[in-house]
Amino acid sequence: MTSATTTAPPPFWRRIDPAKLVPQLLAPVAALLLAAAISSVALLISDKDPVQAFTDMYHFGITPDSQVEILNKASEYYIAAVAVAIGFKMGLFNIGVEGQSKIAAFMAGALASASFMSWMPGPLRIVLIIVVAMLVGAAWASIAALLKTQRGVSEVISTLMLNAIGALVVTWLLNDHWGVQEPGAQIKTTGILPSNSWMPGLPIISGTDQKVLGFLAISVVLGIVYWFTINRTRFGFDLRATGYNPFAASASGVNAKKMIITAMVISGAIAGLVNLPRMLGESHTYTEGFGGIGFTGIAVALLGRNHPVGMALGAILWGFLARSQLILDLDGIPKEIVLIMQGVAVLSVVIAYELAARIGRRAQQQRVGAATAAPAAAAPLATATEESK
Amino acid sequence: MTADPPAVALKGITKRFPGVVANSDVNLTVRKGTIHAIVGENGAGKSTLMKILYGMQPPDEGEIVIDGRPVRFSSPQGAIEAGIGMVHQHFMLADNFTVTENVVLGAEKLHGIGAGAKAKIREISQRYGLGVRPDELVENLGVGDRQRVEILKVLYRGARILILDEPTAVLVPQEVDELFGNLRELIREGLTVLFISHKLDEVRGVADDITVIRRGTTVASVKPSDVTARQLATLMVGSELPSPEARESTVTDEPALVVSGLTVLGAEGRPVVDNATFTIHRGEVVGIAGVEGNGQAELAEAILGVRPATGTILLGGDDVSAWSTRRRREAGIGYVPEDRHRQGLLLDAPLWENRILGHQTERPNARGFLIDVGGARRDTQRIVEQYDVRTPSIDVAAVALSGGNQQKLIVGREMSHEPKVLIAAHPTRGVDVGAQAAIWDHIRSARIAGMGVLLISADLDELIGLSDSLKVIYGGRLVADADPATVTPEQLGVAMTGASIDDSTEEATE
Repeated sequence: MTSATTTAPPPFWRRIDPAKLVPQLLAPVAALLLAAAISSVALLISDKDPVQAFTDMYHFGITPDSQVEILNKASEYYIAAVAVAIGFKMGLFNIGVEGQSKIAAFMAGALASASFMSWMPGPLRIVLIIVVAMLVGAAWASIAALLKTQRGVSEVISTLMLNAIGALVVTWLLNDHWGVQEPGAQIKTTGILPSNSWMPGLPIISGTDQKVLGFLAISVVLGIVYWFTINRTRFGFDLRATGYNPFAASASGVNAKKMIITAMVISGAIAGLVNLPRMLGESHTYTEGFGGIGFTGIAVALLGRNHPVGMALGAILWGFLARSQLILDLDGIPKEIVLIMQGVAVLSVVIAYELAARIGRRAQQQRVGAATAAPAAAAPLATATEESK
Repeated sequence: MTADPPAVALKGITKRFPGVVANSDVNLTVRKGTIHAIVGENGAGKSTLMKILYGMQPPDEGEIVIDGRPVRFSSPQGAIEAGIGMVHQHFMLADNFTVTENVVLGAEKLHGIGAGAKAKIREISQRYGLGVRPDELVENLGVGDRQRVEILKVLYRGARILILDEPTAVLVPQEVDELFGNLRELIREGLTVLFISHKLDEVRGVADDITVIRRGTTVASVKPSDVTARQLATLMVGSELPSPEARESTVTDEPALVVSGLTVLGAEGRPVVDNATFTIHRGEVVGIAGVEGNGQAELAEAILGVRPATGTILLGGDDVSAWSTRRRREAGIGYVPEDRHRQGLLLDAPLWENRILGHQTERPNARGFLIDVGGARRDTQRIVEQYDVRTPSIDVAAVALSGGNQQKLIVGREMSHEPKVLIAAHPTRGVDVGAQAAIWDHIRSARIAGMGVLLISADLDELIGLSDSLKVIYGGRLVADADPATVTPEQLGVAMTGASIDDSTEEATE
């Protein structure tokens, strides 16, 4: 096991291989430029000035009020993206973040504002909401996990179906059973939480009275925990190994079924948090107005390549686009242009990453080939057929 | 016949992959109406060459001449139009379709999909003596029949030159004989057959000409009558055959692995491993000889615990039959898989993460629930140096390494945990000669240290040279024992076909 003559491995910064990294960084940039170009064409077709539109969006997007809202949106998107990314890391496609997040927030909200809970001190109630939301999200996701492991049902189908079922269950319970209608309100909610369990905002943007939703802090912590779990724990290694190569993972001792269930449950638990930034910090209740973020999370996870920093940038970008499109209406430009841009960006970024991965792999192979073939003449001939398989 | 231009002539074909040259200056002439065998070790470049000829990959240099006309294919479609057909090693048939449906799939324009197609299939079948029934469901066909359907498929598309990629790898001996009968029928009708193999006796039996490929280039063209199998083998591997001698026995009487009554059921409920019972002692290498596909892979996977099986497995005295794969690996089962890309590596992950694979819970890779990145990296560096893995860094992805270096990394990884039992399936497949000798050395020294080894191989010299005792697997059953000290490759080859080993020199001694 030990050898005195072993040289030390290279330090961590030497691990970064520019030949592989540069294409991966350029890929999203290229995809976004393409998205901007295509939306420009769409604008030109409808006789609008793209430069004007983008300039307006930019100026509106950097106002302090916009910055607050962008961060608020980004923290929701980010949580959803992390939930999706946990599945992606092992090749599991949880499209059900939407449904999991809805039913989780609804159940947590309904329980926390129920009259028998009124004795509870505020901070404890916040903790209760977070815990219950995670448990409900996990439980809802585990249905899809069990269907997959016990009956071989694709999680893509089952989570998609469970989205619809979850939404309908919430509507039914809200309107026919547990919902309350505040005096003067048009819609039913789960009841306004006592003000002692409203999560305080963060006054981190200057130039405005608006505060950033306090849950942002939890999103940041989530990102750090995500990074650590994926890269530094045995569980994370097993998860990634399964994503790289399920056969090798199983031969290495990973229990595939257990892995599917664990990953899905964790994904669902995180999905349970998605609606909480607004619920705890803004609306203080669950309404039917919540929704849509779960699907955005898929886009952000793709955009950020499941990387904690990449997804953060993606979430902020998506938040920016969602916020700054509001100005377009004032200019008489259809704001659907932003949807086109987002759609094209996601599509092209997936292609761009794949291309980048291939270019990076090829560059590395060439480098390795050059480094090893030189001293040992024709030694590595054996790969030829391997590769061509 | 000599006046005819050759059916296929390859001149100076060179193909480079990133970092390696797969084919360099390949020259090959195939006479019309003959069976031409291309032999070479795994990884010598045979498959790449055939892919070039079939239009799947363009050559970087060189010329392809078909029937005297230079051609340039950009896709297999072009090759098919030029009359070249490929029968892949792994059949590409839809089980729930009939023979006719499978044959016309993708070629509906030729003779329709109804009576016309059926008549054509019958005609081809009759003409070449293939005995294919057009209305049979493919799922009811045996392996040999399926192969004939594959051959018929390419004939149906008008092929005059057939490439068969290791066609005998999946066949039992009687089927091999039938296949050779079919091939002779084809050439009698004027077709040309290119036959890829590394089974020398077969090649000598059926081919009219033999071309030997070594390290990506053609090294000789010979007539089967002019060479012995031994001479061919020498041509294939170079100047001298490295011999994996492993004499002076280190076998103890302490059992490392006791397998009894191990049975694995296949997809159709038939046993693919049938009541396997054997013991590997500490310091003993037990070789499993057999034609590929006779249950070796399933046996290995059952012992590792990734494939459900009945029967008992004792590892160093513990009954591990009900244990998970992870627990078995932690208890000391090392695994060098048959297909390293499928089961042995995370191709896109760096080498140091591949060093963790399979030993995620063990030192130096892990501390408690955490991955010990520093420990794993330091130990990867050690493996790279001790096992001579040629790589510029431990941070490159495994996919960037050559097959031999990947294999050395896997062997190093498994040996580093000092397994009680090592399951080594084809440990030197696709590995260059230097790496092969090194891997043999590692297995030998681990054996001296008291490890038990289950060696599964198709290389008879490797089996005979390394093993302390040999078992022959046929149709999922261990049908014969042999003493590697006395058995010859020829006798072993006979036993692998399911024939009795009795007429060979020695009875099994154990």
